[in-house]
Amino acid sequence: MNVINEIVPALDIPALRSEFPVLDVRVNNKPLVYLDNAATAQKPRAVINALQQYYNGYNANIHRGIHHLAEQATTAYEATRAEVQQFLNAGLREEIIFTRGTTESINLVASSWGRQFLNKDDEIIISTMEHHSNIVPWQIICEEKGARIKVIPINDEGELDLEAFYKLLSPQTRLVAITHVSNALGTINPVREIIHAAHKAGALVLIDGAQSTPHLSIDVRDMDCDFFAFSAHKVYGPTGVGVLYGKKEILEAMPPYQGGGEMIAEVSFEKTTYNELPYKFEAGTPNIADVIAFRESLVFLKNLDSELLHTHEKQLVDYATQKISDVGGIRIIGTAASKAGVVSFLMDGTHPQDVGVLLDQQGIAVRTGHHCTQPLMDRFRIPGTIRASFAIYNTLEEIDSLAEGLHKAKKMLL
Amino acid sequence: MSELKSIAETEAEIVDDFSLLDTWEEKYEYIIDMGKKLPVLDDQYKKEENIIKGCQSTVWLTADYRDGRIYFSADSDAVIVKGLISMLIRVLSGHTPGEILNAKVDFINEIGMMQHLAQTRSNGLLSMIKQMKNYAIAYQAVSS
Repeated sequence: MNVINEIVPALDIPALRSEFPVLDVRVNNKPLVYLDNAATAQKPRAVINALQQYYNGYNANIHRGIHHLAEQATTAYEATRAEVQQFLNAGLREEIIFTRGTTESINLVASSWGRQFLNKDDEIIISTMEHHSNIVPWQIICEEKGARIKVIPINDEGELDLEAFYKLLSPQTRLVAITHVSNALGTINPVREIIHAAHKAGALVLIDGAQSTPHLSIDVRDMDCDFFAFSAHKVYGPTGVGVLYGKKEILEAMPPYQGGGEMIAEVSFEKTTYNELPYKFEAGTPNIADVIAFRESLVFLKNLDSELLHTHEKQLVDYATQKISDVGGIRIIGTAASKAGVVSFLMDGTHPQDVGVLLDQQGIAVRTGHHCTQPLMDRFRIPGTIRASFAIYNTLEEIDSLAEGLHKAKKMLL
Repeated sequence: MSELKSIAETEAEIVDDFSLLDTWEEKYEYIIDMGKKLPVLDDQYKKEENIIKGCQSTVWLTADYRDGRIYFSADSDAVIVKGLISMLIRVLSGHTPGEILNAKVDFINEIGMMQHLAQTRSNGLLSMIKQMKNYAIAYQAVSS
């Protein structure tokens, strides 16, 4: 069951890349240049092997079985919880709840916490740069409860207007739900200041960590957020697994999200008592295989020098910003002082989709469109952007290929 | 617009044109060129009811029914989609509702542009073909 993780020498990029089998794929007869990491990151061999080992060796349902395989699977499943706890520096293992992804984590809070604690005329603060997943769940619960959504504006660089945020805080504010890193702009938000101010106003804070977990070291205790949501597949883990971290006393006060197996203590037709944390929020058979394999991606990351990775990723963003700008007729969308993982841009006189199609022909995978942030695109009065997003295995040479690809697209389209 | 050429003949013509193009660059330059040459759709037709919304690009489609034949006009904000639209119009426009309903529109596959049909969410091209056929159904009902 244990997968041996080879320790890749610090920033030996070819060695690091060789751990990711899909990077050898050719697209349209050219080497794949994968720059859509903000959508999903590729998986190291250890993750892929763990999936296979689970199904080949100890597939069983967890927590209730008394037989050997069930115990083995349960141990592996819970080992991931411990690894996630460490990854986030959470205080308690029962503060880690497995979900299907960031979206479900946010929906869980909106639905469960919102149902219990949100009242008429209460307010939830979000920002202009939120992903639809951190907008729509709040709209649904606010509509149900007669509560309101307030939106923090941003400046032209794509940074939050903190002064405006402080003014939005009021005794009606119940919760602030904010992204740590913008998926469309790359802006790193000052979450500690936001959390501090929100707490002073008596509000809770949920941090959407889908885009920060791949690039920044996370410490939920130091940050002091009340909830933190992220997805395994963006940190080199499998799809279909997400995490909700919540402070224990808050999670305990919340009603279950879904009813079913696993989440109960006792059931009779008169009354059901609920299981303790974290199982109270994990109704039904979970995504056992993917949760188990998820641990391998976290161990993989743990074995790399995070400081060197951060430096490398920063270099990628800086170099890409430079090379893309040099193509000419480029407008970078999101020029915050503090950015991670993403360069979003437009090419004068072209539609993002056309550029994306022509890059794809050259084996270069980027994302074009509104990136599920339509209010943000409206703020910039644009239909969408071309987004190159980076991971630890990307190279400066790949960014050179992107720049060449853009030159070619420009020549063909204009 | 060829009055007498059948839909299948026009499709074959396009497939022939493409067979002369060797590289992906040539193919896409051809499509981009057709996109640029598609007559601009008058602003009065660029209204909400004529929009076929994709996730990324927008397509406007209108149809005119004269003497038993349907004439399409369309536009898009993305030029590659516009080029593909231009070919669809060349194939289907000026035909009877029955002919349009029976058209297979296989040429998109044959010229290697199938991926653009698969990307339904992003460019709405497949929705556009459906909408052209919907016009055919509607006009067929009107005329019978």
